[in-house]
Amino acid sequence: MSNVLIVAEHGAGAIRKATLHALAAGQEIARRTGGQVHAALLGKGLGPLAADLAAYGVEVHVADAPVLERPLAEAFAPVLADLAKAIGATHVGAAATAFGKDVLPRVAARLEAGMATEVLGFGGDGANVTFRRPMWAGNVLAEVEIATAVKVFTVRTTEFAPAQRAAAPGAVHAVAVSIDPAALRTRHAGFREVKSERPELTEARVVVAGGRGTKGDFAPIEALADALGAAVGASRAAVDAGWVPNDWQVGQTGKVVAPELYVAAGISGAIQHLAGMKGSKVIVAVNKDPDAPIFQFADYGLVADLFQALPALTAKVKAEK
Amino acid sequence: MALKILVTAKRVEDPESKIRVRPDGAGIVTEGVNYKLNPFDEIAVEEALRLKERHGGEVVVVSIGVDKSQTELRAALAMGADRAILVRHDGPLDPAVVSAMLQKIVEAEKPDLVLMGKQSIDDDQNQAGQYLAERLRWPQATFASKEASLESEAEQKKDPGVVLGADGRSLTVVREVDGGVETLVLALPAVVTTDLRLNKPRFASLPGIMKAKKKPLQELAAAALGVDLAPKVVVKRLSEPPARKGGVKVADVEELWKKLHEEAKAL
Ligand SMILES: Cc1cc2nc3c(=O)[nH]c(=O)nc-3n(C[C@H](O)[C@H](O)[C@H](O)COP(=O)(O)OP(=O)(O)OC[C@H]3O[C@@H](n4cnc5c(N)ncnc54)[C@H](O)[C@@H]3O)c2cc1C
Ligand SMILES: Cc1cc2nc3c(=O)[nH]c(=O)nc-3n(C[C@H](O)[C@H](O)[C@H](O)COP(=O)(O)OP(=O)(O)OC[C@H]3O[C@@H](n4cnc5c(N)ncnc54)[C@H](O)[C@@H]3O)c2cc1C
Repeated sequence: MSNVLIVAEHGAGAIRKATLHALAAGQEIARRTGGQVHAALLGKGLGPLAADLAAYGVEVHVADAPVLERPLAEAFAPVLADLAKAIGATHVGAAATAFGKDVLPRVAARLEAGMATEVLGFGGDGANVTFRRPMWAGNVLAEVEIATAVKVFTVRTTEFAPAQRAAAPGAVHAVAVSIDPAALRTRHAGFREVKSERPELTEARVVVAGGRGTKGDFAPIEALADALGAAVGASRAAVDAGWVPNDWQVGQTGKVVAPELYVAAGISGAIQHLAGMKGSKVIVAVNKDPDAPIFQFADYGLVADLFQALPALTAKVKAEK
Repeated sequence: MALKILVTAKRVEDPESKIRVRPDGAGIVTEGVNYKLNPFDEIAVEEALRLKERHGGEVVVVSIGVDKSQTELRAALAMGADRAILVRHDGPLDPAVVSAMLQKIVEAEKPDLVLMGKQSIDDDQNQAGQYLAERLRWPQATFASKEASLESEAEQKKDPGVVLGADGRSLTVVREVDGGVETLVLALPAVVTTDLRLNKPRFASLPGIMKAKKKPLQELAAAALGVDLAPKVVVKRLSEPPARKGGVKVADVEELWKKLHEEAKAL
């Protein structure tokens, strides 16, 4: 059997949306290899989450143990590698989130597998499924083959529509966990959540982003975002300056977004920023420099001071509602 | 309490370079492209130096690649690293192979800490550190950052972002993860990979550059490590993504709204 194992993520008592995109990628591989999609759910006190996941028609393997309360790569990797072996998985994947990128390479190392990060799509059939992935900040697309028996990957969530609930739920199996907590050499010592009432950056229909041009004042960015029900993003320059949370960075080394509308204000359009937003359907740039590189990519460019243009646009949006 | 730190240093295309795919799709056009130390590795070198300045010890940099990778190793030595190791290899690699080679170096050097970039800006795989940690069965903290911003006083004072415990055997690392910032405590030896906001790397001083020329740089052939060098990830073909066409400039907010509403139907 050439089964596909997708590693699920959860938070705040729900399966993360990113996982639904990864499940869809898993389903596509399964169609190409004739295998079945399984999902791994690890944590402590998972309760109804297993059924939530099984509703997508995949077989769910639940490892529920105190030692798995936090997603520590050192603890998760052996559980996932053993599970992959037990179900005869030929493909092991997850969403290319911070979690997926942290844990999956360790699973790959355990399975003596090669791995592809941020996969955008697949080609070929059977054991020869190939992976399409970006390199050099998305300036290059590579088609890669993984030469090992087991193939590990993470997928870019914006490239796969989320999986849909199935008519019949999958079976749920319990996984025995034999990790000795005392043997772990990683200890979780805190998490500072960046709380937000706004939609998740990677899922939002509209993103309004600000850069160094805001000079640290994100109020006009946030006001427009709130008028549009949008998420807020930022360039590296704005995050590095400590103006906004790290979690807001869009780009090669931050988040990759592909909303219907991306508004970039006071952002010059460096290649590393473009890598994170050029998949957006419509790009609007507001920049006071008519020669800013961003105008070469924006569908609509407005040469203006963002401190005047954004409040005017916000007022217009509110007036037209 | 002195720390021995191994830092990885990969030679990559300058992030400012324009990258083009060769017509045969087998590689990129290298003419006119500048090379430099992977920016994330520069941050790793800086962090290692700060830890050494605080606690004493030794900073060893290692690169796997073509002979010219000496330039990047010398750059790290000029920043202040003590010595360098070049594993000479000309041909495709992948993080699975790189980590197997690094494991051999770690077994020989026995560092307390391996500091690596979270990703190389060429292949963007973001894997090598995690592979290495698992091969060694060491704890890891990926995407190391710090709470204080790069404009903060702590950064001006060049405080290390990763903090060595009073016992000298543990390390507290703040990580950039989805939805927030996580703190992990690792028992040494451990692998840490750097994110952008861990520190602002220093520039090499002129005396630093002069001194670097005399610092030891050991070379060995990849084959001497005795690991399987066959890539596990094989690049079949490279292509350029469809270019995004620029659009139009609008005169004012009124016109922008109209275009978004009527033409793009985005609002
Ligand atoms: C390894 C590496 C990884 C990186 N990863 C990322 C990444 O993931 N994401 C990312 O964003 N960057 C990344 N970068 C950084 C990137 O190269 C740029 O430095 C960064 O994106 C610049 O941010 P910016 O556009 O906000 O600032 P700048 O380039 O300084 O641009 C500011 C813009 O604001 C405009 N402006 C100023 N005032 C106003 C005003 N009042 N109204 C309107 N416009 C105004 C200016 O004309 C200018 O165009 C990375 C770099 C490296 C080397
Ligand atoms: C068509 C093609 C041909 C290629 N040909 C060659 C070639 O001829 N020669 C060649 O050397 N590479 C070649 N490469 C690149 C090679 O495949 C990558 O070096 C390899 O995949 C490692 O992945 P990464 O750098 O993305 O690792 P990542 O996991 O992103 O790297 C993370 C960190 O690991 C460390 N690291 C990774 N690699 C090294 C290294 N080599 N030395 C020291 N530290 C390292 C760094 O600290 C880095 O920050 C080629 C790539 C392509 C696409």
